[in-house]
Amino acid sequence: MNFSSARVLVDLKPSETGVLETIDLPSDFAERLMQLGFLPGTSIEAGPAAPGGDPRVYRVDGSEIALRRETAIHLILR
Amino acid sequence: MSDCHASGSVQAPVAEYETHGRRLVALIGPPNSGKSTLFNQLTGLRQKVANYPGVTVERHVGQAILDHHKKVDLLDLPGVYSLNPRSEDERVTHDVLAGKMPDLPRPDAVLLILDSTNLGRNLALVAPILTLGLPVMVVLNMADDLRGRGGSVDTQTLSAEIGVPVSLISASQGEGIDQVRDFLQEKLAPARRVELPVLQDVPQCRKWAAQVAESAHYRSPAPPQVTRKIDHYLLHPVFGPIILLVILAGIWWAIFAGAAPAMDAVDELISSSGDWIRERMSDGILRSLLIDGIWSGVGSVVIFLPQILLLTLFIGILEDTGYMARAALLADRLLAKVGLQGKAVIPMVSALACAIPAVMSTRAIESKRDRLATIFVAPFMVCSARLPVYTLLIAAFVPGAAWKQAMVLLGLYVLGAVMAFLTAWVLKSSVLKSDPVPFVLEMPPYRWPNVQSLGLRMIDRGRVFLRRAGTVILGVSVLLWVLASLPLKDGESPEIAESYAGAIGHAIEPAIEPLGFNWKIGVGLITSLAAREVIVGTLGTIYGIEGAEEEGEGNDSLRDTLKKDLTPGGAAALVVFFAFAMQCFSTIAVVRRETGGWKWPAIQFLYMLALAYGCGFLANRIFS
Repeated sequence: MNFSSARVLVDLKPSETGVLETIDLPSDFAERLMQLGFLPGTSIEAGPAAPGGDPRVYRVDGSEIALRRETAIHLILR
Repeated sequence: MSDCHASGSVQAPVAEYETHGRRLVALIGPPNSGKSTLFNQLTGLRQKVANYPGVTVERHVGQAILDHHKKVDLLDLPGVYSLNPRSEDERVTHDVLAGKMPDLPRPDAVLLILDSTNLGRNLALVAPILTLGLPVMVVLNMADDLRGRGGSVDTQTLSAEIGVPVSLISASQGEGIDQVRDFLQEKLAPARRVELPVLQDVPQCRKWAAQVAESAHYRSPAPPQVTRKIDHYLLHPVFGPIILLVILAGIWWAIFAGAAPAMDAVDELISSSGDWIRERMSDGILRSLLIDGIWSGVGSVVIFLPQILLLTLFIGILEDTGYMARAALLADRLLAKVGLQGKAVIPMVSALACAIPAVMSTRAIESKRDRLATIFVAPFMVCSARLPVYTLLIAAFVPGAAWKQAMVLLGLYVLGAVMAFLTAWVLKSSVLKSDPVPFVLEMPPYRWPNVQSLGLRMIDRGRVFLRRAGTVILGVSVLLWVLASLPLKDGESPEIAESYAGAIGHAIEPAIEPLGFNWKIGVGLITSLAAREVIVGTLGTIYGIEGAEEEGEGNDSLRDTLKKDLTPGGAAALVVFFAFAMQCFSTIAVVRRETGGWKWPAIQFLYMLALAYGCGFLANRIFS
């Protein structure tokens, strides 16, 4: 898969929803995110953010979780 | 329960009584599940705090008194999302539950506290807990929130599904606590065996949790609309940061000025009670030790209590309402530039008043490395104890308009902040490189803080400070008294120049001479190890000026004397030295307490001393 052209979490505009395809991070990182609800196949909605858009709150599986941009670029959407 | 175990003969008999014949029950749950609120509800003031050996994780043990005066020990474990021992919190939780923690018996039972408004995620923690083979009760907290947002769950079906008792409670409202108390005193039954997913496979665990929730007729609550409306303003691109700044300024002001009346009252109480004792004792070395050593030592500890209590209250409110997560979100970008993270914003601002409550408030930062880095750099921020020293030296050596003096003072604030951030950046790009977990920040829904929890938290922090830091500070105060009041001359304390402190001042003169300091400043540096502002009084004593600590004439003449005795280079060096050196034994004691050993405070003290000496040397050269 060509990740550079793939849509990632940071591409979501506020209130826009995307479905997670895969997490392109070491398994330790990925597991932690999956525990919080970032599972492949889950739909994620972009929420409000700090000024400048980083970090941004994501609504996933009933919770609101803020991720830094550096992390969110590794969450690839379908 | 009659259908409680599948194969009774296999299960070892449950150890009913372990610690002093009392049952030990561990409370475990993810962050934001209201675990500590339940712990407080069950134990009240019967709590003890200690550190687990060798780690910075706190061990909270409390006692619940049940029917017929039966007592049960409760252990509040740190909030975790899983039992995979990756972070320090998770390792401690894992070790305690496995019975591998030294000097702590394996718990007899587990209370698993989950957030009922998000069971799909929270139930995933049930699987690893059930594999422990301990009796378990699953407590679904936040029942009021669940109902309020139109959600529901069938606890009986859920209980049948996972094979352990389940209760739906609201710890903050005190609803359903009795069911938990009943579990604590009933005969414990091991969990009935149910089919569990492979724990290492997170998606499978989550799928299992979702299935369990579905079969328990779990209806998810509606999204928290009120929270979203509030966030619309508090996370607004323009108003959000402004509101945060106002709140931070308010907290800073409250610690800086708001605590002042209470601190003055404590000071007054200590000194007037000291005078009361003084009148009733005959003059002599014993009276001096008691009043000038021990009593003022006690005073120097107790005086910080109002600040600590106030900051604890504010942080408690920020955390319990859920605003802390928003503040951290807003500040994260800025602090990330130097390798710190959003949650460091409260400690860094608090440190502008006093490093002691600031260091204690770093507890909110879950990442141990980020927390250590924040503790390490907080004492660089200009605290209120530096102000008397700065004011004296600026008044003496910066002649002219008030605005010029104000600019110099402002410059010193900037100098402190710059050095703090520089140090943080160095630390975080070397020894304290970030944890192997990504930065994630959960935004809990806004909630009203619980008054009882806030009160208990204040008592808890106050006790920890007085007992842990107090003993060390008291010891050092007495030591400094010995240095300043001995050896005896004709049965009386000598002039300070002839005391041990004076001797040390003379002895270190060659070492501090490159900074432009003479032996008198040297004595001041030693006495100010207890607290920075002490140097003003010491210099007053050495130069033989009465009332130097007070504003007005005494201070004026000390200023003039200093101006004659110190070169401009020496004065600049002294200011720089005070800006960087960790001359505050109370902070050192608190850092030791918060980091669980002498290693970090020792490194911090030496680093700051080296920096103070080096930069003081440069300042002396430049300004001479």
